[in-house]
Amino acid sequence: MKAVDFDYRRPTSLAETCALLSEGGGDAKIIAGGQTLVPLLAMRLARPTLLIDINRVAELQGVTESGEAVEIRACTRQARALADPMVRAKLPLLAKALSFVGHEQTRNRGTIGGSLANADPAAEIGLAALALDAEMSLCSAKGARSVPVGQFFVSPMETALAPEECLSTVRFPAWRETGRIGTGFQETSIRRSDFALAAAAVHLVLDKSGLCARIAVSLGGAGAKPVRLTAVERALSGGRLDDREITDATALAHDGIEAMSDIHASAAHRRRIAGVLVARAIAEARDQAVAGRI
Amino acid sequence: MSQHRIDLTVNGKTRSATVPARLTLVDFLRETLNLTGTHTGCEHGVCGACTVLLDGEPVRSCLLFAVQADGAQIATVEGLAPDTEGLSVLQDSFCELHALQCGFCTSGMLMAAHALLTRDPDPSEEKIREAIGGNLCRCTGYKQIVEAIALAARRLKGANEPAPERGGHGG
Repeated sequence: MKAVDFDYRRPTSLAETCALLSEGGGDAKIIAGGQTLVPLLAMRLARPTLLIDINRVAELQGVTESGEAVEIRACTRQARALADPMVRAKLPLLAKALSFVGHEQTRNRGTIGGSLANADPAAEIGLAALALDAEMSLCSAKGARSVPVGQFFVSPMETALAPEECLSTVRFPAWRETGRIGTGFQETSIRRSDFALAAAAVHLVLDKSGLCARIAVSLGGAGAKPVRLTAVERALSGGRLDDREITDATALAHDGIEAMSDIHASAAHRRRIAGVLVARAIAEARDQAVAGRI
Repeated sequence: MSQHRIDLTVNGKTRSATVPARLTLVDFLRETLNLTGTHTGCEHGVCGACTVLLDGEPVRSCLLFAVQADGAQIATVEGLAPDTEGLSVLQDSFCELHALQCGFCTSGMLMAAHALLTRDPDPSEEKIREAIGGNLCRCTGYKQIVEAIALAARRLKGANEPAPERGGHGG
């Protein structure tokens, strides 16, 4: 299996990247780490006529702090982000999620933006970004716009990105609520590091009296795109998050979980493990917050 | 479609070529440079047989186009041994503990293990299993591979001890 012929360009700036995208119309495709795109090319499920390699665009690399947010440039490697002290300190949920992403060989090439822009429903980075209310910066020759992550994922492998747009930065705003932070990430896959049958991400803050000041719960892998479980969040806000509360809140979500069937698992199985994973991720985050660790 | 001139370093030697954009790095290594030690397995990033080091880090060479490796340092299994006759300590440990049967996954396993031992000279069994988690082997059941990497780690630390006694056949 070999990719069909294509032209290849290697821009060194975001402006040049956008100009090439605009020239290429719908037939140009950006290649970053290639861990999702190259298999699609090899299987000829994608047949772009032009590949735009953004690996040498310096302004698309790195992790920076910007005001009350952490910004990760789209072409930052997953392995770099995982090892980044700022990601570990300020985005502990993303750090947890990254350790579940693929294997060392794929994290060394795969990028934060590439995973998000390809929108595999089982991808962990999108799941963490959804729980953290990330904001996506999309650039084109006409200008830039910001899209909340909740509106970014459309369906499997489909996002709000227009053909002439490039994902440039992912912004993770800091939470205003102060207190003890806890994070939970739980996943079930057939083999370790394989695609998730379902995965849950939780970020929460406990206030001084130990009550839940804010909680975000997201679920991925089960359906066509990652979703926030707002009913569970509402049920748990202000509570003590004891096991009983978690079980009750999770049960609330069970019937509403949209799950798909495929060769790996039935929808019923996915729905069932989704509930278990959500409950475990909430308990994991609670225990971490109670222990006062980040 | 587009052809590109590339200059890169493979196992310490400078190599130059003109390649079509769609040529993968693994095909470039095997077919242009005749370095057939790196194996082509699934060709879509699942099996790990084509693992090489790109600027010191293990990557899948079927998921990279040769043109993208322009300017890079590549290390393949052919570069592991200190000379053309012998084997590296890691390769020797694989032979000694029967860490291969058909040998198809071996070069990828060796490169993944070599990268692990370079950054962590004393890995736990869990770390070893994690490091080769992206490499499929259908013969060994992985046990001897894990043991061989652990043996190589011990030997590389300076204790050049003989392999442990094993009962029965070699597996």
